[in-house]
Formats: sequence, C-alpha cells, structure tokens
Amino acid sequence: MSYMIEGKTGPWEIVVGLEVHAQVTSHSKLFSGAATDFGAGPNSQVSFIDAGFPGMLPVINEECVAQAVRTGLGLNAQINLVSRFDRKNYFYADLPTGYQISQYLHPIVGKGVIEVELEGGITKNIGVTRLHLEQDAGKSLHDQSPSKSFIDLNRAGVALMEIVSEPDIRSPEEAGAYLRKLRSILRYLGTCDGNMDEGSMRADVNVSVRKQGEEFRTRCEVKNVNSIRFVMHAVEAEAKRQIELYESGGTVQQETRLYDPARGETRSMRSKEDAHDYRYFPDPDLLPLVLDEAWVAGLKAKLPELPDDKCTRFVRDYKLPPYDAAVLVMEQATAAFYEQVASGRDAKLAANWVIGELFAALNRTGTNIETSPVSAAALGELLDLMADATINGKIAKEVFEAMVETGQSAAAIVESKGLRQVTDTGAIAAAIDQILAANQDKLAEYKSGKEKLFGFFVGQTMKAMAGKGNPALINKILIEKLA
Amino acid sequence: MLTDLTIAGALAGLAARDFSATELTTAHLDAIAALNPQLNAFITVTPELALAQAAAADEARAKGHAGPLAGIPIAIKDLFCTKDVRTTAASHILDHFIPPYDSTVTAQLRAAGAVTLGKANLDEFAMGSSNMSSAYGPVENPWHRQGQATRLVPGGSSGGSAAVVAARLALGATGTDTGGSIRQPASFTGTVGMKPTYGRCSRYGIIAFASSLDQAGPMARTVEDCALMLAAMAGFDPRDSTSAERPVPDFAAACRHSVKGMRIGIPTEYAAPGMPAAITDIWQRGQNWLREQGAEIVEVSLPHTKYGVPTYYIVATAECSSNLARYDGVRFGERVEGEDLIDLYERTRAAGFGAEVKRRILLGTYVLSAGYYDAYYLRAQQVRQLILRDFTEVFSKVDALLTPTAPSAAFAIGEMMDDPVTMYLNDIFTVPASLAGVPAMSVPAGLDHQGLPLGLQVIGKHFDESSVFAVAAALERAAGFTATPSLMAGAKP
Amino acid sequence: MMSLDPATVRRIAKLARIRVEDAELPKLQADLAAILGYVEQLGEIDVTGIEPLSGAAQMALRMRADIVTDGGQTEAILANAPGREGDFFTVPKVVE
Repeated sequence: MSYMIEGKTGPWEIVVGLEVHAQVTSHSKLFSGAATDFGAGPNSQVSFIDAGFPGMLPVINEECVAQAVRTGLGLNAQINLVSRFDRKNYFYADLPTGYQISQYLHPIVGKGVIEVELEGGITKNIGVTRLHLEQDAGKSLHDQSPSKSFIDLNRAGVALMEIVSEPDIRSPEEAGAYLRKLRSILRYLGTCDGNMDEGSMRADVNVSVRKQGEEFRTRCEVKNVNSIRFVMHAVEAEAKRQIELYESGGTVQQETRLYDPARGETRSMRSKEDAHDYRYFPDPDLLPLVLDEAWVAGLKAKLPELPDDKCTRFVRDYKLPPYDAAVLVMEQATAAFYEQVASGRDAKLAANWVIGELFAALNRTGTNIETSPVSAAALGELLDLMADATINGKIAKEVFEAMVETGQSAAAIVESKGLRQVTDTGAIAAAIDQILAANQDKLAEYKSGKEKLFGFFVGQTMKAMAGKGNPALINKILIEKLA
Repeated sequence: MLTDLTIAGALAGLAARDFSATELTTAHLDAIAALNPQLNAFITVTPELALAQAAAADEARAKGHAGPLAGIPIAIKDLFCTKDVRTTAASHILDHFIPPYDSTVTAQLRAAGAVTLGKANLDEFAMGSSNMSSAYGPVENPWHRQGQATRLVPGGSSGGSAAVVAARLALGATGTDTGGSIRQPASFTGTVGMKPTYGRCSRYGIIAFASSLDQAGPMARTVEDCALMLAAMAGFDPRDSTSAERPVPDFAAACRHSVKGMRIGIPTEYAAPGMPAAITDIWQRGQNWLREQGAEIVEVSLPHTKYGVPTYYIVATAECSSNLARYDGVRFGERVEGEDLIDLYERTRAAGFGAEVKRRILLGTYVLSAGYYDAYYLRAQQVRQLILRDFTEVFSKVDALLTPTAPSAAFAIGEMMDDPVTMYLNDIFTVPASLAGVPAMSVPAGLDHQGLPLGLQVIGKHFDESSVFAVAAALERAAGFTATPSLMAGAKP
Repeated sequence: MMSLDPATVRRIAKLARIRVEDAELPKLQADLAAILGYVEQLGEIDVTGIEPLSGAAQMALRMRADIVTDGGQTEAILANAPGREGDFFTVPKVVE
C-alpha cells in the first residue's frame, strides 16, 4: 500500500526528489593542489586559486574526474565522454571568485538508477537524473563575533558530486532508503566517505504534494539537510505544511527553505529570496572535458563488487533470505565480516548471529563493525563450539555476552565458567528421574494423554542441569523414560 | 646612446663588454626619471630591484652563464602579477595589492635575465583603447602632430608599455592583447607589437579581463626584438589549462626567412568606408613591398569582419563581468565598509572601479542574464564560430594576411570620449584575430600627413607566428621606418 | 531585443553588486543602450545550426595528478585581507 498523508480533504501523495552533494574522496582539491583533510586550522588548506586571487587559474584533478566516472558506473548511469564546466555567478562571502565552477548543461554523468530495499522485502527503482562535478564553497562562521562573520576557505574548491534523483520518491521511508543505498554505493566505490557529520554528504530535498492522479504541483527545496533521519523528518514536515496550506485555501510558493531539527519544521530562507539569476556560461579558463573510452573501460574493470551484486551472490551461494543478504551487504565491512564468519560454517546460522547478537552488541556498546569487541574469527570459533556440540545454543548466547564484555575467546570462557555441555547419558538420566519423581501429578496427566507436558519435562531437566544438558540427548532419554 | 639600442644590439654590446647591464639599466632609469613625470607611462618604478637584477646579470655574464635576455631592461605591463611588487591593473580597487606570486611570463623573463624597470600604465583592467581609463591618469603619447603641442593618447590598453618603448624608457615591454591592446598602441606609437596565438603564452598570474581572448605578447622597437622577447615569454605552462603543449620555434630565425613565394591575403572587408587616405596608402604600399620581395598578393574575403566588434563586446564583457566578481573587498584589494555584506560589496565596487570598467561589467551582466543569454551571448558565440571559419577558410588559400592595424592614427587625449561605441570601433581591424585566436602583429610602416606613425597588421595561422615574423620583418626592411617621437630619452622636447 | 529602462539598469547593477547613484543612472542607461543598439546588428546573421564557440583554444582539457602541492600558507593567503581576525577573513555579520 502506498504512503499517503491523510488531510482534511482526503489522502495526499507526496513527491520527493533529492539532490545529494557528496564530497569526492581525493587528496587535493578539484582545481588546485591544496589538501582536503577535515579539521585543519582555518585557511591553512588554501591555494591562491581557491582564494580567487588575481590571475589564478584552475587545473582539473584527474582523480576527481575518475571518482565521478566510477560513481556513474556504480549507479548504472551513462558516462558522457564530453562534458563541460560552467560558471554559476553569485556573490557570497565564502565564494571567493564570485562564481562556482559547476557543470550545468553538460554533466559528466547522465541518467542512472538506484534500486532500494523497502520494508517487507519490496524493492523499488529510483531514477538518477544526472551527476555532475562542482566546487564546494568555503565556510562562514556566524557565531564567533557579535558583528562579524568569519570566513574559512579550507573547503573552498573541494570537489563535490551533485547527484540528482528523479522525483520518484513517495515517502519518508523511500527517501531514507534511497540515501542509505546511495551512501552504501559511494562507500563501496570509495568515491565519498558518506560521513554526514563532517558534511561530506548533504542533501537538498525537493518536496511537493498532490492528490492521486494529479500532475506535479509546486515544489519547495529544503536546503542542506545533513542526516538521513533529518531528511525523512523534513520530507514529512514539509509535506504536512504544504497540505495544511492547500487545505486552508492557500497556495505553495516555489522557494528555498531550511529544516530546523529542534522544532521539527521547515522555514523560509529570507536571505536567499533575493531573485537569483546565476548567469551560467562556459568557464573560459577550462576547456571541454573529453574522456577516452578506454580510460573509462579501465576504471570499470577495476570497480569492486557492489552491494546489489554481492546481495545476489549471498542469496545464491549462502542461501540467505534476500532481506538478510540486503542487511549484510549495506556496509562493505559488514559483508566482509560476515563472509569470514560464514566461511566453512553454517551460513544461515552465521547470518543470524551477525544480524542478531552481533548487531545488538554493537548497538549496546556504541561500536561499529570496524571496532567490534568480537572479531569475525572469534565469532567463528564460538559457532564452531556449537557445531561440535561443546556448548548448546543457549549457552552460546551467554558465552557471547562474556566475549563482548571481556574480549576473551569462546573456548577460554567455556572452560573457565565450566559451561561445557553435559553429554553423559547417565547424568542426564539421573536428572530426568529426579524431575519425574518430583512431578508425579504431571507425569500422571501426561500418561493420560496431555502430551504437551513433554516440553515441561525437558525445560525442568535443562533447568536442573543449569542449562548445560545436551538438548538432543535429553529428548532422547526422556522419550525412553516416558514410553 | 644606450637608450637608442635595440634588444639585439644591446645583447651584442653586453656580450662584447662595451657596457654593463648596470650602465644600461642606469641609463634607462635616468630616462624614466626625466620623462615619466610627463608621460605617466609607469605606475610603479622599481629602481632598486632593477639595479639588483642588472648586477646579477653582469655577474652571470662574467661567469659565462648569462641568460638569453641577460641585462636587458624592460617594462612590465601592470596587469602581470609580480611577486612582492605592487600590481594594480590601473585600478583603485587594487591600489595596495602585493601579489605573493609571479606571473609565468614575468618569471620566465626574469629567468632569461631580463631587468624589470617597473610596472607600466594601462587602461583599467586592460579595458580601453586610449589609456584614458587608467585610475592613475592617462599616458601621454611621446609622438605629437607636427608643430602641435596637443597631447595624444598612446592607444590602449597597453598604452604605457607602448609609450615606454617609443620614448626609449625601456628596450621592450610586455603587453596583453584581448581585442587589440598590443597592436593598436604599437600602431599609435611607431613600435612593434605581437599578439601570439591564444595559448602560446601562459595566462597564469596575468590579471584576467576576458579569459578566452587575453594573450600576452612583446612590444619593442624592431620585429627581431619582439621575436627575442617572445622566445622568453612563450611556452607550455601546466598551471594554465588553455596553455598549448607545443614546442616554441626559433622566432628570431623566422625574422630572417624570405617571403618569396608566400601567398599574402588582402581581406577586402578591411577597406572600411571613410578610412583615412593615409591608411589606404600605407596599406597599398605594404602590399607593394611584399610583392617586390617575391610574395604573391591575393585578394581574399573575411565576410564576417564587420561583426567582429559587436561579437567582441558581448563575449569580452560577459567574461569580464564574471572575472571581476572576485574584487569584492573581502580577501584582497580595497574595501569600503557598509551596513551589511551586500552594501559593502556595492560600495567597494562602486568606489573601486572606474566608469569604463563598470559599464563593461554591467553590459556583461546583462548579456548573460536570464532572458537575454540566447539573444546576446549565445548568438555572439555562434558568430565567433563564423569568424573563426572565415579565417580557417582563407588560411587554406594564403599563408598570412595583411591589413591596417587601426582605422586612424593616435587621437588627442579627451577625444572620442563621449560615445563608447566610437571608441570601440578603434578595434575594428584587431578584434577578429583575437576572436579566432590567431597570431597577429603590428609593424610601423610610415607616417600620416601630420607626422604620426601608422602600423600595418600581419595575421597568421594558429601557432604559425614564424610566418608572421617573416612577413613583418619583410615589411620592416622595406619601410625603413626611422622616424622618432618628439619626446624621447636624450631628445630635446 | 529589449530596450533598456532605468529599472533594468538598477536590476543589473544589483546583480553585479555595483552601487549606482541616482545621478549616474541616466548616463549609464544611455551608454548601455547605445552599445546594445550597436550590437543588435548580430541579429541579421543566420546562425541556424552553428555550434557556439566558447574559446579560442582548439583542444581538450588536460588533467593534473591528485597530489597535494599547495596550501600551508595561511599568512600569505590573509596578508592582503582588508578585514581579518586571527586566521579568518571577516565580513559584516551575515544573517541567514
């Protein structure tokens, strides 16, 4: 069932397109040799080119071009062998030259598509309109002085990819899924670190609403939203605002808005209302960017396995349910972790442990797959102890918790805590005899036909054995005794 | 007199130890001290730097590793950034700008051993054909109409460079040419000026006016001197994306090539109605000189010639409106405080730019703005393509073209100031080569009836400066131009 | 092509961030109108199907290697600044 917002006048469909600005992973800037590291001292990573000094000229970074092409290939998109750089002219304190070098009419990457996974195993294709290369601006700090804004140009000139989606997104969930999938692809490719906290990925969210079957209505652009959660909130907040406006007899004005996470609402950016006229024209300092087909083919040949292909392989080779596979491939490191655990073991069991116990532990301890307190090898050993019946599944969970806490190996914990499974049939039979003796009434009920009580006897026996009894043996001996 | 030497002559004298680079430099610094107060051809003179460079050149020569221009005193148009030496572009907005870097061209000239005397005056941001738009006041042309004291313009925008060379305040000077800014002042001052092929000289460190047209070039008193200077200025520079990755030919050798058997095109469209008879005459004489030296003169057509100036004024102003956005009072240059950031921008730029620069920025902003882009800018780019095709077409038939450089001789300071369009028409013969990016050169060919110099222009194929030098040298030999201006070093004014 | 009214000149000047005093407006308007009138002759040419030419260089873009070769010169970057505070450029406070 598609997502709708119920208004006073009935259900409304929302229409969303996303423009994602992804910082290209590169050592130096798009048109200068200054570094791109995060967190350097103000204006310490600035060339005279970035600062727009007189007579300075841009020279393009080959790696940034390669990264854009890799990303295009990863998005199944058309690579334009001839593209061009234009100037987008506007004045702003952190835009040193008075124009941003961008690709307006002729982007380096054309149409592509991203398949996103939604809840309930549904997938949906979201179209990518284009990807182009452009420069980032510097940073204005407005809170350092009561009367002045401070300008740091370290970011000025850093390469960005602007990835524009088609207006194919119909719910906050789809917006979130699209961004997660895009980020996953970028990280797999190594073309953007996807770190939204440091601003290496930001989204402009275009939102409109309509009644089912209508043409698109006027959209508003919510600028610079810097987390996936905020994007989802912004979509909903902006859609509701527009619906209320329509339903109270108003109209939506096309404008640029900001999302305020504290208030959970969008508001108009008054300072940007000044009518824009960017006067795009081809940058005369740069020539057309012409790519060699063989060069593009070389980049394509070296692309890593991407999430969709990996997911298909996990379903095929490990016989995983598609949902589990999709979860495991979201991050390259998780997939690698999983493959190490699954290697030579029960793949489905390995998936259950990674998705279940491990993810829960990472969440609880505030760590991630790279800093996991339990390594893939250690988790593998734990699964091995289950496989060779040294411990049972219930005890394994207890051992795992101890591994998270102490960092010790599974074998060491099993030994030191004496958790080895009891497979001595004599001991099991003795424990069963005790339980049956202590529960004569239940035994009588069982014998008179209440067979459900079998589980009760198993549970009581296991309890009496402090959980260490071999479940298969308990079952076997109990059946014999009850016969 | 040392100031009368050519660059080639001075190099010979320096090599023969007839005089030192220090003596040669001192002679020029003395001439500057004597004449610059009247000519206003330099914005900044750097005597200490020049003498230090001269001493270094003398030392290098003594040690036997003198560069090709070691000890040659030259002037640098104040559009080239010079490390630690104020660079103004003749604009108040850069009154106190000290570049932390050198332009590639000036760095190469220094590496070749040239001595830089100072920074030559120009039209503000190189926008003008008269040097009247300089924030540092107009340059006076060292030439005067016979028997008249009327002060004339040296042309522009490289008017300071041209005046410096004509008045013997330097042996040569750098210029930049966007639509004729080297060639027209060369014609107005009886000097030689060459605009090389677009991409031949790096634009790195040259303050941009119109990036797709700007090109640096030499100005000197002989064709060979221009060749010697260009050899040091030209070459591939990885810091300029439009720089051509090509070897630099031996331009000086090209000056000695015969024009015998060359086909020289005479574009009929350059015979503008109402052109002064003196110019028609000199153009005709130029054709005869080349024919006498064995060249074949061929009439050709460049049908889109008359659209050159309107095309240029759209393309160049569009680019300049964007190139000059960086002068906003934030990172360098002058600032006028305001109520808020926008007010600061508007006051800074209103106070910092002169009238002609503002006019061009506004025009360029207009032709790029929403609703006008297609009608003006896009159409101008299409016409530019047609103009390039005109050249490509004729260059399949001829080796070079011969035209007048400018439609008039030098005019008086204050003349032609009422109507910008009249002033723009000064560029009518120089603009097409700029739009096509082909090399072109002005050589003094004679005097008009008032005793003012007139130049002829030679236009060549892309990267075929060699043919241009050969034809220009042939014209120079035949013209035997020896007239000198009324104001020059050693002459009684 | 359109005539140039004073409001248009004002709008263009605003876009170009150049303050224009009322007294300057008539002359500016007349000059710009004259130039626009002059360039209108380009309208006579048939440009159907003509590829626009944006530069004089007849080649493709050259790319540089991704190596850090620049930066680490905070003082030189700020040395010409008309407004600075520590290692920052400063401008009048911008309200967003």
